[in-house]
Amino acid sequence: MVEAAGAPVLDVKGLQAWYGESHILHGMDFHVRQGEVVTLLGRNGAGKSTTLKSIMGIIGKRRGSVMFEGKETIRMSSDRIARLGVAFCPEERGIFASLDVKENLLLPPTIRSGGMPVDRIFDLFPNIRERLTSQGTKLSGGEQQMLAIARILRTGARFLMLDEPTEGLAPVIIQQIGRTISRLKAEGFTILLVEQNFRFAAGLADRFYVVEHGKVIDTFASAELEASMQKLHQYLGV
Amino acid sequence: MQALYGQLLVGLINGSFYALLSLGLAVIFGMLNIINFAHGALYMMGAFAAYFLLQYGGLNYWWALLLAPLIVGAFGMLLERTLLRWLQGLDPLYGLLLTFGLALVIQGIFQNYFGSSGMPYAMPAELRGGVNLGFMYLPIYRGWVVIVSLVICLATWFLIERTRLGAYLRAATENPTLVRAFGINVPMMITLTYGLGVGLAALAGVLSAPINQVGPLMGADLIIVVFAVVVIGGMGSIMGSIITGFSLGVIEGLTKYFYPEASNTVVFVLMVLVLLVKPTGLTGRAS
Repeated sequence: MVEAAGAPVLDVKGLQAWYGESHILHGMDFHVRQGEVVTLLGRNGAGKSTTLKSIMGIIGKRRGSVMFEGKETIRMSSDRIARLGVAFCPEERGIFASLDVKENLLLPPTIRSGGMPVDRIFDLFPNIRERLTSQGTKLSGGEQQMLAIARILRTGARFLMLDEPTEGLAPVIIQQIGRTISRLKAEGFTILLVEQNFRFAAGLADRFYVVEHGKVIDTFASAELEASMQKLHQYLGV
Repeated sequence: MQALYGQLLVGLINGSFYALLSLGLAVIFGMLNIINFAHGALYMMGAFAAYFLLQYGGLNYWWALLLAPLIVGAFGMLLERTLLRWLQGLDPLYGLLLTFGLALVIQGIFQNYFGSSGMPYAMPAELRGGVNLGFMYLPIYRGWVVIVSLVICLATWFLIERTRLGAYLRAATENPTLVRAFGINVPMMITLTYGLGVGLAALAGVLSAPINQVGPLMGADLIIVVFAVVVIGGMGSIMGSIITGFSLGVIEGLTKYFYPEASNTVVFVLMVLVLLVKPTGLTGRAS
């Protein structure tokens, strides 16, 4: 298995997390290197989304180690983690109803220079330019997903966490989002993706982790995909 | 006719105070999910701050207009940091009880030192006198109160609905967790929001000092009516609370002219009617 050289951007070790009393993550171990697209696969309820939320620091209680660019973030508040350069696109998209599209787009503050200029964002997502004065939640599901991705590109963060960006969308929109993620990867963004849609992730990711019961149970690179199909079908029940 | 215009003016002035106070309550409720029963006591503290600044600091009305909201606002932020913060995520009922208790404590302390009767606060020389508008005589200070509160209310509306800071505030009202995950210090924003709401109450207190006497219970009487105003307008909306505040003042004034016996109860009768027909208030959204 060949990996890009260099220290990981994100290094997660023994990550545990709880929602109230229920123990969701039981020691997640994985890492993401500079410029990689890494996908967490797994069945519903395996703990993939919880992993992203734990990295972001928006889960009730977590333990273990989450190193981002060499800094331990496990005890940091989510606003500090965001300011280190971690950008999050949540599963429910989180478009604000009381803000119009432009306000939604401009909401996340710039955390460092080098963010994508708004003109380039409009090139990637032409639909958004057309709808700037609409109420955020009046957009279609696909447009809301694009807006949710678009707004985190502006901030200068180079590490993106996308939680199920294709959920509930039409095939043609899914293709568009796939092309966008490829372009972002080509521009050097590092991306941690959570996906149910295996076919979608297969075409994009460099490496995969299979998550079950709050733990990583297997990992393989995209080159090993063919050889691992049998195992994968078993894991994911597809 | 003179009497009608006179009552309309009194109504507008009362409406100015209703609007400033219910606006602060709406801002606080939106962000903190707390029904701030201490609002009347903080309004009273604004008037007292003006009184102290003049009495012991030699700082006149104009300074008080600037400083009292800052001083009382800072006190509000201290309350938020030390007490209200612990109620986050709990039922609003807890906030209501805590702030109600705070109001009693604050009023009790002031009553202990200053008794129950009010103390006069001199009207600033620049705003004394009045002008004859032809159809009525307008005391300058009263016109001033209406204009200042209109300007402040509209500025607050603009801040919340039209600026970037306001966009943070609206977004954080909807989904504080996500706004924080974008790198915004939401706990600090909550503190500042409470400070803003309290500052508005204190400003209303300074404005009212030359008209009403400065006394420990001046807020307790007013706040009951303001809560009725808030219930009628609905808690959620900024513009709603401004418009409802002014309109109910005017309705009260009109009632005083046409049927004076009902002037003290008309707001509460309206409240009951609104609650029966639209329990979320005229501009409120169901949560």
